Parts: sequence; structure tokens; C-alpha cells
Amino acid sequence: MFVYTALKDFIIFVPLRKNSSYLIFKLTMNILVCISKVPDTTSKIAFTDNNTKFDTTNVQFIVNPSDEWYALVRALEIKESLGSGNVTIITVGPAEDDAIIRKALAIGADEAVRINANPHDSYFVAAQIAEYAKNKNFDLILTGKETIDYNNAEVGGMIAELMGWEYITPANKLDINGRIARVESEVGGETRVLECEMPLVISAAKGMADQRIPNMRGIMAARTKPIHVIEPAPVNAQVAITRFELPPAKAGVKLIDPENMDELVRLLHDEAKVI
Amino acid sequence: MSVLVFVEASNGKIKKVGFEGVVYGKLAGGSVSAVVCGEADAAEVASLGEYGASHVLHVKKNYDTGALVDVMAAAADKTGASLIVFPFDNTGKAIAPRLSARLKAGLVSGALGIPSIDGAFKVKKNVFSGKAIAEVEIKTDKKIVAFSPNSVGLQKSGGTATVEEFSPAVKESKIKLIETKKLEGEVPLPEAELVVSAGRGLKGPENWGMIEELARVIGAATACSRPVADAHWRPHHEHVGQTGVAIRPNLYIAIGISGAIQHLAGVNQSKVIVVVNNDPEAPFFKAADYGVVGDAFQVVPRMIESFKKFKASQH
Repeated sequence: MFVYTALKDFIIFVPLRKNSSYLIFKLTMNILVCISKVPDTTSKIAFTDNNTKFDTTNVQFIVNPSDEWYALVRALEIKESLGSGNVTIITVGPAEDDAIIRKALAIGADEAVRINANPHDSYFVAAQIAEYAKNKNFDLILTGKETIDYNNAEVGGMIAELMGWEYITPANKLDINGRIARVESEVGGETRVLECEMPLVISAAKGMADQRIPNMRGIMAARTKPIHVIEPAPVNAQVAITRFELPPAKAGVKLIDPENMDELVRLLHDEAKVI
Repeated sequence: MSVLVFVEASNGKIKKVGFEGVVYGKLAGGSVSAVVCGEADAAEVASLGEYGASHVLHVKKNYDTGALVDVMAAAADKTGASLIVFPFDNTGKAIAPRLSARLKAGLVSGALGIPSIDGAFKVKKNVFSGKAIAEVEIKTDKKIVAFSPNSVGLQKSGGTATVEEFSPAVKESKIKLIETKKLEGEVPLPEAELVVSAGRGLKGPENWGMIEELARVIGAATACSRPVADAHWRPHHEHVGQTGVAIRPNLYIAIGISGAIQHLAGVNQSKVIVVVNNDPEAPFFKAADYGVVGDAFQVVPRMIESFKKFKASQH
């Protein structure tokens, strides 16, 4: 027989028999979603300063698609299905990143953290996020599977290592059952169904959730949600971009008569030497 | 320079990217130790010597990626490696960043070629999903490079390798593998050399039979554009492009795909691109090497016949 007490985020089961221990079940989720600012997918890519800097002139910035569409939306769905919990977004960047932070808040995140520093490299970013997250009682840290600007797919794994947590990438499906995260991961021609006790770090990929368009209520609410600005911890970057270049242009298309596919096959064999 | 290369094996066979990794380490100018992880036949393991490995550590137990971080850290310690090489595939993505954070070894992911080690250690990689290339310097003493599959050709340098079994202590994983489901398609997309891809021009999922047949005839993987994956005509893992997977096969055949900038970003590093589209103004033709302006429903069956004839003439 149990006395049943609800206390903020916890439900505590207190056994009435003498000398038995208290059992505490946490029935809510505290999720940290890492987001990154990236150029819009239609951006023309150019460089300045003798090809050492990305030219941001006329570039529209967005939340990295897999951070927003999969990680953030799934975090919100999990919170909604449990009926309680907290979704915090975090990014490492300067004050102008507040624009994309507001977008993520409009989609439904409860609060935001911005580490006030330029994101020098993946290790710097991961170390800042891990520094913030330690001792904060997060159950889950989610990232997108990679950003569309530097395509590194590194930050999630580095955070896991720095936190001493397990790491799963890519996660195409995520369900929570009590303290267990159940993940479907598509790797090398197969889908692996994995289970892991939280906390852990998961990098979200296509299939986990569908894009959500913020509504007017969300946009209004986002204006007053808190963005906590935190100064960075001292961390040295490990790598640095020294120069950019654009890929060599194609020589021009060779058109083949649609009636004559033998000619295409011949060219692929004799000229292009790919078959 | 002592180079350590992560080599994944399963069901007795070493993955092609494993051989590529050994070639990569050799070309980087190192004495190469390969860590073979998983079940692999003895002959298969020994053959790594022909590609440039002088030493092979064979880890016969099947570990998950968390434990493989421990394995690679132990191997790096044992061999005193200053450069550690991974393939930039899903396994590499799960291990290399963790090892980088653990060893404080700077990591470059998606490297396109061999590093230049003239003074500073610099290596080129894809950025902006293939729309540009960046040269990245690694500033730490120990370095990790995760190379893009198909970045180096498989070339034999004709040596032999000493093989020893390696069973370092690893931490027990909290991740449990519940089940494994086989996905459709025989060739995994990211490492495929030949890819046949189709888009909305095919009008519906029921018309993919000819795409699958073409892929089967030439031994290619199948892929698709984003609208096709979003409409659930094809599984998500087939989606190539900026928000799907980025690939760089030797041959990419795009059928009924207009060539939006987001799609091109994921495929424009393919060696040769063939575009089939009934719209001569489709932007994809600008990025193509060979173009066929015509109706896919007539062109593809002809293409299948021509490839079959070619295959038959090769035997």
C-alpha cells in the first residue's frame, strides 16, 4: 500500500512498511536541444578576405534543418505526450543569433541559452555546451545529425564524451518509455532498434519528426521567453579553416540522342570510364 | 609518422572503406597499423598488407560504437599513433568525435584528399554541403581525419602485414541492440560507386520498378530527391541532397529530377553525372556531364537494354 504524493516534477511513492527505502520516479523530461545558425539552403556561397571568410552579404540565416525539423520538434512532441517537462535550446554564437533563437522559441521551446562566443570549432562548441549542461539534470541532449554549413557531424559525439554519456547517431526514430529511450538507427543498409537508459546524447536525422511552422501565438509567446546569455568557458579550438575554394566548374553537358542509349553506355565506358 | 586506421568488418568481410582507409594512411606518408573491428576471415585481414598496412590489430569481438572508442583509444596508446584515420560513414561519425574529445586530438570530418604536412597539417574537406571546399588546419599534436568514402582509389602497394589479436579492456555499454531490420536495396548508398536516382518526374511510387531494375543491371544503389522521400514514395535513407545524405559516387544517374540547388549540393561531387529529363531547361543539365532530353518512361527501358547488352559483351 502506497501513499501517493505529487510534488512539482516528481511523483514520489512512499512505502508505508518500516525500513524500506523511498522510491522516486521522475515522470517528466528535461531536454536540451542544440541548435546552430546556418545559411538558408538556397544561399549562394561566396568568400571574402582572400577566400578566408564566408561572405554573409545577402545571406539569410536559418536554424540548421536537422536541429529544427527533427531534434527540436521531437523534443516538443515528447514533452507534449508526457504532459509535462521542459525543452531548452542552446546555441554558441554572438548576439545576432538571437533572431534564429526566437524562431526556435516560436516553434515551442520553453527557454533558450546562448553562450556568447563565436563558434570557433566543433570542440569549442561541444565543450561550452557540456560545461553548461553538467549538473543541470538533463535527461536527454539532442542535436541534428550534422549542420549544412560545415558538415562535420561532430558536436553530438563530443558532448557525449565530455558528459560521459552514451551516444547514438543517426536516430531516425525516438520514443521514450519510462527511463528508456528507444531509437531506430539506419546504418549501412539496416535499421537497428536500440534501447538505452537516459541520460544520453542523440543526433536526430530524417524520419524522427516533421517540420513545424510556428503559428502567431507561438511567435508572440517567443518574444517574452527568456534567452539566458552566458559567457564562454576558456577552451582552445583544435582546428581552424585556413582557406576556402569553390569546386571546379563542369565543362558543359554533352547531349545524347534519347533514341540511342547504346551511345550513352559507350561514352560512360570509353570516355568517362565509370562502367 | 605512425598512422592508425579504423577498419570495420562484418560477416567475414572487410568493408571497402576499410581498404580505402589503409590506402589513405599509406598515402599520408605513414607506417600504417590497421585496427580491424569485427569478424573477418584471416585471408581478408592479411590482405590489408597489400594496401599498405604493416601491422594489423584484430579485435574479434563485436562491439558497439561506444566500446569501439575505448578500443581505438587503447590502440592509439599501444601504437603511439600521431594520426588516426576513420571513414566518414555512420560508424566513423559515431566514434571519431568521441575519440577526438577524449584524446584532445583535433578532428577533420569529410576529408577529400590526403593531408599536406608541410609545416602545418592541413587537409581539404567539403563544406556548405558540397557547394565549397575548405582547407582546415589541425593544431593539436595528435590528429584525427575522417575521410569521405570514394576519396582515394583502391591501389595495392604490395606489402605484407603482421597480424595480432587485440582485446583491450572496454567499458560495458548501456545501449542494448533489440533487433536489426534489413533495409531494402542491396548497396548502401553513402559508399556506392554507382547510383541511380529518381525524382517527382516519375509521377508515383508504382513507377520505381524500372529504376530498381536499372540499378540491379549495373550494380548501383538507388536514391531519390527530397520531395519523393517527403511524400513517402521512397524510404528516407534514400534521400540525397543538402538535408539528406551527401554522396560522391563515380556515376550518378538522375532521372526526372529538376536539380534544385539543395539537391545539387548533395551530389555535385559525383565524378560523372547523367541527367534524364523531359524539360531541356531543367537546371540539372548545367551540372551534368551527359544529358538526355526525353521521357523517362521511354528512355529508361532503352537504357536498361543498352546496359544489359554492354554487360553481356563484357563476359
